[in-house]
Amino acid sequence: MYKAAVIGDTASVSGFAALGLTVFRETEPDKVKVLIAKLAASDFAVIYITEPAAALVSDTINKYRSSQLPAIVLIPAIEGNTGDGMRGVHEAVEKAVGSDILK
Amino acid sequence: MARLNVNPTRMELTKLKKKLVSARRGHKLLKDKRDELMRQFMIMIRENRQLRSEVEAGISEANRYMAVAGSVMQREVLETALMLPKQEVELDVGQKNVMSVEIPVFNTKYRTSDSSDIYSYGMAFTSIDLDGAVSALSDIFPKMIRLAEVEKACQLMADEIEKTRRRVNALEHIMIPDYEETIKFITMKLSENERSTTTSLMKVKDMVLKESHKYH
Repeated sequence: MYKAAVIGDTASVSGFAALGLTVFRETEPDKVKVLIAKLAASDFAVIYITEPAAALVSDTINKYRSSQLPAIVLIPAIEGNTGDGMRGVHEAVEKAVGSDILK
Repeated sequence: MARLNVNPTRMELTKLKKKLVSARRGHKLLKDKRDELMRQFMIMIRENRQLRSEVEAGISEANRYMAVAGSVMQREVLETALMLPKQEVELDVGQKNVMSVEIPVFNTKYRTSDSSDIYSYGMAFTSIDLDGAVSALSDIFPKMIRLAEVEKACQLMADEIEKTRRRVNALEHIMIPDYEETIKFITMKLSENERSTTTSLMKVKDMVLKESHKYH
């Protein structure tokens, strides 16, 4: 059975604990990198990560883009939406179509 | 286009003709695959965009509540309230095959079926805004799972489309023209050889006739 994890700063991710997701309050780039690798190797199918935290470890996240599991999904942090998550959608379109036709 | 480096023999010609036939068939199949993948991808990406804006709006709402809760409650109290969750989410991961791209399918399972189990704390010492935050998150959670599914599918399909497009282009613009040119080259070389053989045979025949009949 797989689980879902949430990574980010305390204020942004605490609420998810109540829903029963596994929460990791971590924003140090090196620790987040290690954490993602560890979660990917164990039975975590979905990892939600706040946009500011994801921005620090973008290369690690890109590494998992083409693997089937885990799905790493960017979510807005408490400070507000940076638009990084939506940018990821547009990047996928650009890769597939050749240019961003959703604009 | 570059001609392939092969000997102009009849055997090579047959081999190349066979290769050309399968290259053309592969090209057609891959082109169909690319078109269908693209169609599916466009459906998925629209859903992805829709879901993402819904999820982002939902989480932002929850975050607003959480910010208020954080300001009216002490941090330690807030943390303690959320420390021991009653509910637990487990995911059942299946697979779906879309044009030979394996995409994951997530099925959510909750440990307890009671929907109020998301409130893991007593109501006495916590702010109502915390309830609002948790309930907003729980409302958006099914969509978050669907978003993870769709976003992963889109990423995997984008990869596959890119690969397929490269293969189609390589076949269309390099391999097929190369084969065609090489086949043409071998055909010309072979018929040239044939003509030269015919001519020398005629010459030899002339000489032999001259020799035997003493024609002048």
